[in-house]
Amino acid sequence: MSLAKPAMRGLLGKRLRFHLPIAFALSLVAAAAFKYGVTGPRKQAYADFYKQYDTTKEFNNMRDAGVFESVRTTGE
Amino acid sequence: MLHLTTGRVGCLLSKQAVVALTGSGARMSSHGHHEVSDSVDMSQPMYWDRLDTPLPDRPWKDVLDSTDKSLKQKEKGPWTALSKEEKIALYRLKFNHTYPEMKRPSHEWKTVIGGMFIFFGITGLVVFWQGHYVYPPQPPTFDEEWQAKQLQRMLDMRTNPIEGLSSQWDYKNKQWK
Repeated sequence: MSLAKPAMRGLLGKRLRFHLPIAFALSLVAAAAFKYGVTGPRKQAYADFYKQYDTTKEFNNMRDAGVFESVRTTGE
Repeated sequence: MLHLTTGRVGCLLSKQAVVALTGSGARMSSHGHHEVSDSVDMSQPMYWDRLDTPLPDRPWKDVLDSTDKSLKQKEKGPWTALSKEEKIALYRLKFNHTYPEMKRPSHEWKTVIGGMFIFFGITGLVVFWQGHYVYPPQPPTFDEEWQAKQLQRMLDMRTNPIEGLSSQWDYKNKQWK
């Protein structure tokens, strides 16, 4: 009938010493994953799109499709 | 007063639900209390089995017979003189359930899940009836033809050409990429 006395003090400290480094590491991983997985490719996609974007050509395409109210389609 | 209300509820619900409702409530000792079975005198010290409050105001067994009384006398001496059975008997005089007994699992979850599903089903029927009898006619914007024209206009306008809708459309071959 003699058990070891359980830990009575330092319980929060012990938990923090274990969990805080893990929390920090996981947060950094999450941030890095987002930066390299989402924002990086997105910025690249925008850059690539506008590299070969011909404004006039696109405008004329849209105009011919008839979506503008201020400009009539060519040949009207 | 607690017993009064749960007793009333017991008439309406199943026994299982009543057990669930009285799960963590205070209980009267079944041992020799000269009271009307339904009511609890809240002005007297009470006994309870609670996980969070381990030591109730009074012991479980108040009315001791002669064997219990002699045991209590023996308790006043050195405890090393008590046998294991006597220690357990003293515990059982003082408490109704042990902690493992208090924490014993019950079948309540089946009632809960079953009740949940019953209400989901009733809600489903209500929603179906509503869709048939209450909703007004659908706006024209939901028609197949309208939706097709809408999509064509969005592609013509080049909505989200970089990462969104128009980026998935092949304008040369007039099809999805």
